[in-house]
Amino acid sequence: MTHDHTTPHRHPNQPDHPEPSSSYELLGVALNELLIEKGIYSADELRTQIEEIESVNVDSHGAQIVAKAWLDEDFLTALRADAADAIRSLGIDPGYTEIMALENTPEVHNVVVCTLCSCYPRWLLGRPPAWYKSKAYRARVVREPRAVLAEFGNDIATDVQVRVHDSNAELRYVVIPLRPKGTEGWTQAQLARLVTRDSMIGVTQAKAATAS
Amino acid sequence: MSARFEVGQSVRIGDRTEPRHHRVPAYVKGREGIVVCLCHPQGLPEELAYRELGEPKQTIYRVRVSQPHLWSSYQGEAHDNLEIEIHESWLDPL
Repeated sequence: MTHDHTTPHRHPNQPDHPEPSSSYELLGVALNELLIEKGIYSADELRTQIEEIESVNVDSHGAQIVAKAWLDEDFLTALRADAADAIRSLGIDPGYTEIMALENTPEVHNVVVCTLCSCYPRWLLGRPPAWYKSKAYRARVVREPRAVLAEFGNDIATDVQVRVHDSNAELRYVVIPLRPKGTEGWTQAQLARLVTRDSMIGVTQAKAATAS
Repeated sequence: MSARFEVGQSVRIGDRTEPRHHRVPAYVKGREGIVVCLCHPQGLPEELAYRELGEPKQTIYRVRVSQPHLWSSYQGEAHDNLEIEIHESWLDPL
């Protein structure tokens, strides 16, 4: 296809992104351009912010928090008392919203959703997966959590409570999955490799020890 | 700041229409639950969304609601539940 420049048209800011398809998306683009034009923030400040958020590494943040909680009873106690403070003590920025750690136990399995939009602890887990933002996940996991978890390959025993957390307002949540069996004596670095993004959202368990 | 409700207390989530932006999803409005945790006070989204002060800040409660109570056709287990954050002005004592 020829690239005809006789008809004026805007190039997208990032070529991989589709052109805005709804009026709200267009409004967002227009607002962003106006804010830059008026000097409220610069294009580079916006880019830096996107870069920062997209550079958050789930392995160096979320997985380290979970592995530390598995290993260190004092850290787990601190995490229960004030998660943000405990996370900061590991040299990890917990972000600006209140954080709560949700511990899976043999009796309770926790899973997180934001039914109203897509609230997610980006400073700890990076960008949310596409399915986390999908209407299907948001609508279904509160109504039929066991069926949704089963679709993720995670069958929860009937004697275990399934507890759904709607991250609807002010807090952000990180699930502390159950420590896999057969990991006695493992180091924090070894344990962290078993902790996945999805296990910290609560749709799966941590990886089995044999998988490392 | 004093909190109106305490952990373990039974509460009902407000069942009202709010034309402004707010953070109480329709599926929990009017439902009964138990306070499981008090969180840091926050401004009211209904006002903050319109650049008002949203003050005084309100205690946020994490309220646990039974899944079969939420959905009459719930297919899971009777002990399954859901927890959600509710601002104080959206809660009434039972």
